[in-house]
Amino acid sequence: MWELFINNWQTFLIGFANTVFSSILALIGSLVIGSGFAILETVPNKFWRIVAKIYIEIFRNIPLLVIAMIFYLVVPQFLFKVNGFTAGTIGLTLYTSAFIAETVRSGINAVGDGQMEGARSNGMTYWQAMRYVILPQAFRIVIPPLGNQFVNLIKNSSVLAFVAGFDLMYQGDIVASNTFETIPTYIIIGIFYLILTMPLSYYMQHLENK
Amino acid sequence: MKSKIKRFFLLALALVLAVSLSACESSGQAASSQVNTWKQVEKSKTIIWGVRNDTRLFGLMDIKSAKLVGFDIDLAKAITKQLLGKDGKAVLFQTSSKTKIPVLKNGNVDALMATVTITPDRKKQVTFSDPYFNAGQSLLVKSDSKIKSIKDLNKNGITVVAVKGTTAVANIHKFAPKARVLEFDDYGQCFTALKAGQGQAMSTDNGILAGIAAENKGYSVVGGTFTHEPYGIAVDKGQTEFAQKINQALKELKQNGTYNKLMHKWFDGIPGFSIKEAAR
Amino acid sequence: MDFVNALSWVNFRFLLQGLWVTIYVSLISIALSFLIGLLLGTIRYTKTPIISKLVGFIVDVVRNLPLLLIIFFTYFGLPGIGVRVNSLVASIIALVIFESAMISEIVRSGINAVDEGQMEGARSNGMNFVQAMFYVVMPQALLKMIPTLLSQFVSLVKDTSLATIIILPELLYHAQIVYSQNTNYMIPMYLIIAAMYFVVCFCLSMFASYLQRKFDSR
Repeated sequence: MWELFINNWQTFLIGFANTVFSSILALIGSLVIGSGFAILETVPNKFWRIVAKIYIEIFRNIPLLVIAMIFYLVVPQFLFKVNGFTAGTIGLTLYTSAFIAETVRSGINAVGDGQMEGARSNGMTYWQAMRYVILPQAFRIVIPPLGNQFVNLIKNSSVLAFVAGFDLMYQGDIVASNTFETIPTYIIIGIFYLILTMPLSYYMQHLENK
Repeated sequence: MKSKIKRFFLLALALVLAVSLSACESSGQAASSQVNTWKQVEKSKTIIWGVRNDTRLFGLMDIKSAKLVGFDIDLAKAITKQLLGKDGKAVLFQTSSKTKIPVLKNGNVDALMATVTITPDRKKQVTFSDPYFNAGQSLLVKSDSKIKSIKDLNKNGITVVAVKGTTAVANIHKFAPKARVLEFDDYGQCFTALKAGQGQAMSTDNGILAGIAAENKGYSVVGGTFTHEPYGIAVDKGQTEFAQKINQALKELKQNGTYNKLMHKWFDGIPGFSIKEAAR
Repeated sequence: MDFVNALSWVNFRFLLQGLWVTIYVSLISIALSFLIGLLLGTIRYTKTPIISKLVGFIVDVVRNLPLLLIIFFTYFGLPGIGVRVNSLVASIIALVIFESAMISEIVRSGINAVDEGQMEGARSNGMNFVQAMFYVVMPQALLKMIPTLLSQFVSLVKDTSLATIIILPELLYHAQIVYSQNTNYMIPMYLIIAAMYFVVCFCLSMFASYLQRKFDSR
């Protein structure tokens, strides 16, 4: 197995880099979009709450693979050309943003209405109160579950393999089909994923226990 | 606390490695102490064939009947009857380009009749029968495309789509080293990607491309064949007795006319395709 | 795009066959992984020397790997140790392995959330550990877990789509077969299967929030 790694380390490393890159892009994107919809879900205006709800329910209830495939195959026929990496990362971002929205919203709810009322009565506007009082506390509460979402995101980035996204899984498939060493290749791939996910999920467990 | 986590993590990694290494070893042993497939097949009166389900004319899932149809499927059934008599059973196990060799190696299927090209690399892994079909690699493009032959692919900025685990990928790298190759899991995905504009040409064997072109207006097979791709029936490495039996059956089917009948059934009137060449 | 022809009865029936496989595989996997997850979660909670640590470690490895990889391991790996599997069996085994690891984590934190006094009280009333767990702690823990558990089950239903890679004839794969034979059907196929997945998962999600409301009001 060591030999297999030495002979193909460049292929594996390209995949590893793409998986990390895609995960980071999707993390940033889904944090921004997810938080946006979480706030939208808690605004007083009913129309925007419904819009947010629809967005979240759609992306939470359709498989990520289907979403990624739609971006890869359907979107180019109407809107713009996308390569596999981009299509996969966009799909990953939108899918994860729905889960992040739910998580952040539960954080906002946990902070409680009293805080909002207090801030408002001190002369802050709704958005000021949100920005300076509610959100900082909400994020502190939801850091462990957000971390778990990030672990899920890294694992889910393996769907890039379906859309030729040159991620770890895709590169692994290529090594496997060239060397015929299927199981050892996937073990190496597995170790790469564990290097990314294990420390993160232990750190989150550690935070939760604190 | 932090150092504790770190230590535990290191221990964890070491354990994973150890477990996986031992798993490798044991799977290696299982392969060497293998059973005689022919004896097993003869006893159970059943052959499990790994076949394609995404390849028109060879092995395709028919939506109406939810059954597999194609030349490979018919030939697999004919060989089964020839080897095991009237009550011999052919079980069809669907595979993709990516999964076909692994499922044969790990013993999920007894034999592969799945448009597998006989190559020196694969010969190290599996044992092949005599060729049952002679294909050659070709190109499928949009009919109005400027690409007319393999030479037109050897440019920067050209993307060719192909299927993971096929000889087509290596051949494109060899004949058109400047082209980028995107690999997909099956021919359906691959053609869909071509259609979505993710590549300018799709490359695989002529028979497979002809099947796609016949069903999809606006796409043509161009440039003739630029490789020679004989398809063989693959059995696990070292199952020579089974391979010989299959060769014998294949020979008998050629003599009694069944093979020829199947050839005409599937490939009559396919544009740009010569039965004579394929059956050679 | 050709919606009318794409949704001919022949194609629609083929999709329904795929949907049936998705539901069938999901139901079996949900049932099995729930039971195994309960067991593993309890073992981790008990802090039995060595065994709890070992189970915990295996669970952590499994749940930190992509499901796709576990599908490959079962499909390509199991026959190596002498177990022949088809894609149906391999998918179910992979889903059960992965999801029971995820569920055991939910179960463990569910049990942890139940006040420790409950266990002690039950024990001091003469129940043994198993009785106390089964009659006192677990019912309360399960109530707390319901929303998380059900959203995990929704994930499981969605995750069955990954088994297309080993040619499980489920909904997504059947759609791919249909549009690979006539690519004009590609967009209608994706829209209809997205709708089908949505209906199944959304109903399950609605059921989850119904249960949650019901228990919250008690």
